[in-house]
Amino acid sequence: MRMLCFSGRTAKEILRDPLNLGFGIGFPVILLLLLSAIQANIPVSLFEIQKLSPGIAVFGLAFITLFAASLVAKDRESAFLSRLYTTPLTAADFILGYLLPLVPIAIAQSVICYVVSAFLGLKLSVNVLLAVLAVIPISLFFISAGLMFGSILSVKQVGAVCGALLTNLTAWLSGVWFDLDLVGGAFRKIAYALPFVHAVELERAIVAGSFGDVMPHLLWVVGYALLFTFLAVLLFTRQMKK
Amino acid sequence: MQAIRTENLRKEYKDVAAVKSLNLAVEEGELFSLLGVNGAGKTTTIKMLSCLTKPTSGDAFLMGKSIVRDAAEVKSVIGVSPQETAVAPNLTVEENLRLMCGIHSFDKAKTGTKVTELAARFGLDSVMHKNAGKLSGGWQRRLSIAMALISEPKILFLDEPTLGLDVLARSELWDSIRELKGKVTVILTTHYMEEAEELSDRIGIMKDGCLLTVGSAEEIKKSTGKDRLEDAFIAIVKGERK
Repeated sequence: MRMLCFSGRTAKEILRDPLNLGFGIGFPVILLLLLSAIQANIPVSLFEIQKLSPGIAVFGLAFITLFAASLVAKDRESAFLSRLYTTPLTAADFILGYLLPLVPIAIAQSVICYVVSAFLGLKLSVNVLLAVLAVIPISLFFISAGLMFGSILSVKQVGAVCGALLTNLTAWLSGVWFDLDLVGGAFRKIAYALPFVHAVELERAIVAGSFGDVMPHLLWVVGYALLFTFLAVLLFTRQMKK
Repeated sequence: MQAIRTENLRKEYKDVAAVKSLNLAVEEGELFSLLGVNGAGKTTTIKMLSCLTKPTSGDAFLMGKSIVRDAAEVKSVIGVSPQETAVAPNLTVEENLRLMCGIHSFDKAKTGTKVTELAARFGLDSVMHKNAGKLSGGWQRRLSIAMALISEPKILFLDEPTLGLDVLARSELWDSIRELKGKVTVILTTHYMEEAEELSDRIGIMKDGCLLTVGSAEEIKKSTGKDRLEDAFIAIVKGERK
């Protein structure tokens, strides 16, 4: 009951911020439209809609990290969290209250991305539905990262780290904008040691119906999701005790 | 009955003692102000008493419950309005009040009653459907105190409640605080001498983590031979007391 009450507040705070809606939904849609227009004029296999839409669906989730981190950091700086620490809410209530409402928001974001992609030529099938479900572990990674950064950074730092650095890392190291094999070497190795490219490859494999390719990418994504959830819990509870 | 009793309460941050062996007793229903310059230890004292930070040594008893051993029970008898306004900015005034009711597990009927009662007591009816983040500082402070009173606390902590408010907003908030006298034990920290003199039953003056003196405004002025509380405060803090 207490946790549900707090999670309702989390959802309202995020959904009522027009900047969040602009970046979370508007920006990925604009990218889809823009890159599809480029693809129509200068065909690039990477920007074919069945490859592009899974990439944009994952890229859009980077903004969920920004939303989560900004909310937690603002709640810390405004002493809203201090106020709530003097109430019966427990650490589990706080963590679940921040995490859970962001999962349906992430799912809704990916649904919008795939629906817009359908208008741009993506064939809607059960595979797309499965790809939307696969967003759940991917979103858990991005949301946990947000909770983690929000627990240790100021609002200003969150803007720099999550708004600029993480979105760029997600873009460069995910294989959405360019083929990582073209760069190769250490860059490719680093990219494949991180979850971003695996998340995109997971979504692409499901959309394409190549289910044999799903497992290694899913394991990477789930592993990172669990690791970041653990770190988020650790760092959030640590700042609670400060 | 004593609402608060501290026994050699001490808080150290690394090698700095923010509060040194504080011994203080506050009677039930009393409005007690803590005065002091920046870094005197007022906010740290409130943080310890409201279980936001643990004392390095010593203990305090709120309505007979130890802040060290019975933190959960202490939290059930206190309300805190932090120095910052600490409201949920994208929630309306009514939603902020309902959020606090939900966090305290009130049923629907009790929630309705409390929201109506506190809105009337703090004159919030005209702004009930406005987003809290859009309100002026004075309205936000009123909402902050109303949120702290949702749980019907026996002890209310007001940390710099009128900081940054204009004269009119301050005067209106003083009226709201006066209304609480005798019904709730109020611990108020402030930099404003006239505020402490106007509202308090007794005043404690802190410097460098030590409680230098405790008494009514008249007693403090008399002990220093000064006509104004501000002059008496300066004399005490500078060690010029006769």
